[in-house]
Amino acid sequence: MEKVLLKNIDNPNSADIGEYRKAGGYRSLAKALQMQPADIVEEVKKSGIRGRGGAGFPTAMKWNFAMADPKFPKYLICNADEGEPGTFKDRPILEKNPHLLIEGMVISGYALGAEYGYIYLRGEYPAAKDILEGAIEQAYKENFLGDDILGKGVRFRLSVHQGAGAYICGEETALIESIEGKKGQPRTKPPFPVNVGAWSMPTIVNNVETLSNIPYIIEIGGEAYSAIGSSDCPGPKLYCVSGFVENPGVYELPMGTSLRDIIYKHAGGIKDNGKLKAVIPGGISTPVLPADAIDCAMDFVAMPKAGSMLGSGAVIVMDESVCMVRVTYRAMKFFEHESCGKCTPCREGTDWLRKILERIEHGKGREGDINLLSDVAGVMSGRTFCPLGDGAAGVVTGMIKHFRSEFEEHIRDKQCKFRN
Amino acid sequence: MFNDTVLKEIEGIKAKYPDRRSALLPSLYIAQREFGWLSREAMTCVARSLNLPEAVVRGTASFYSMYKHKPAGRHVIQLCTNISCMILGAGKLVDFLETRYGVPANGTSGDGRFSLVIMECIGACGTAPAMLVNTDFYDNLSEKRIEEILENYK
Ligand SMILES: Cc1cc2nc3c(=O)[nH]c(=O)nc-3n(C[C@H](O)[C@H](O)[C@H](O)COP(=O)(O)O)c2cc1C
Ligand code: SF4
Ligand code: FES
Repeated sequence: MEKVLLKNIDNPNSADIGEYRKAGGYRSLAKALQMQPADIVEEVKKSGIRGRGGAGFPTAMKWNFAMADPKFPKYLICNADEGEPGTFKDRPILEKNPHLLIEGMVISGYALGAEYGYIYLRGEYPAAKDILEGAIEQAYKENFLGDDILGKGVRFRLSVHQGAGAYICGEETALIESIEGKKGQPRTKPPFPVNVGAWSMPTIVNNVETLSNIPYIIEIGGEAYSAIGSSDCPGPKLYCVSGFVENPGVYELPMGTSLRDIIYKHAGGIKDNGKLKAVIPGGISTPVLPADAIDCAMDFVAMPKAGSMLGSGAVIVMDESVCMVRVTYRAMKFFEHESCGKCTPCREGTDWLRKILERIEHGKGREGDINLLSDVAGVMSGRTFCPLGDGAAGVVTGMIKHFRSEFEEHIRDKQCKFRN
Repeated sequence: MFNDTVLKEIEGIKAKYPDRRSALLPSLYIAQREFGWLSREAMTCVARSLNLPEAVVRGTASFYSMYKHKPAGRHVIQLCTNISCMILGAGKLVDFLETRYGVPANGTSGDGRFSLVIMECIGACGTAPAMLVNTDFYDNLSEKRIEEILENYK
């Protein structure tokens, strides 16, 4: 498959506008500005693209909601918070291919009637901030951003907004609160951001990878794009593989590539000929899969049927040396730390779960602790204000479902016998 | 109060948003750069320059983990210990930093050279374990590599 998102990134100057243009960059923007906004949205609809931020929401549907709202100005926000542990797929776009994202945002802004864009960039990516700001400056100079883009009377102004270390700000309504200078706590939905978003105006939030697909959709047309990868969620997809594999890294593959192929064909198989034990397929908020459950298509439709989720496409591979209790405990420490505190089931539940997991891992587990974990997770599930709390509960439930005996061993032997 | 150059910088940030409160997070970063950490005085400066109540500034700042609420060492090490880094040995590196440099997790070394902040994922899971020293990125860490790197941070 031709590379779309990681195109040209082996070129050490790939972030420079000159290099980007040499490789055909900004031609899709010129083409798009000859089209009517509605026709652009139609191409995006035909492409069948679903948002790459984790939920897999159809992009054209979101755009249509925003366009149907008569209020102006509208805002386009790129979600570059990339906080889901295990995820490092947006980073190569931000650092090596920033103009692809900028071009995608200008085209999207024109289609949506949004004249102002922001890139909400996580605070932990200081290098990306400098690179993006440099690229934005270049794009203004060459008239791909500004008040009269390519002499077509189109305005789009873009800037970077730096986050400050809060995972919950990846959730789109918390992100909007944060951009408004507030604590990043999720808002009640409805109203949805497409109607009442940043500064109470219609706001479209899309992931970096989603927006970076737009120039290619315009280039080859929605129909041709829809032939790539899975038929019900097409396109190229970035999978990031970490943990015990020979060749960890970011792989651009057709959506729906099987989890087994990602691990064995592309990432080189298990490190040092180790034995596969478990895989977290979509970032630590997605339920774990045991070694015998990896023959599934990695897309938004097939993964729920396989018992997990595509999430951010962050594949964490664990061999037999890894302790599942310790992994669950570390994951829960993360959720406890990142819980925004707005709703009780998540704020209290993550704290309880972490405490129980901590004592089991440290050899102080009690009879009945496994049922207690299941109970607490069960009570949280479906009762939290946003998906963070639900995800935390699902992680525990999934681990106990597949690796119950390991929890039992820890409690019975009063110790952890694993190396990692 | 901030000097004129800084005030001008904040004015420039305000102009990017339809509402002045939106400049709060960026302004807190500026205050942190100017004062080294977010002291009471630093936050008062932010409140005045944005015309916001001090309680709003302090309350908001407390939510975010990248703002420093106490003075830090000369160099801040931010080491990831989330799962991809943990299973590849980040925990041992935390111990190493404490024994070799006397810097405890989420504390500062006695000589004031280093502070160590335990981080969640910093997006380098494919080359784990990883850390930031101030704003510089380092990955594929081992004890030996950390020693070599930290030589450059006196
Ligand atoms: C706790 C939480 C964290 C999230 N973090 C991110 C993130 O880091 N990046 C992202 O693009 N979407 C994240 N999302 C999803 C966003 O809310 C939103 O669905 C997404 O940005 C929409 O973009 P898309 O339609 O292009 O996928 C997160 C959601 C939740 C509930
Ligand atoms: S589920 Fe957790 S993160 Fe989400 S609103 Fe409730 S407390 Fe906040
Ligand atoms: S888990 Fe350490 S960088 Fe992602």
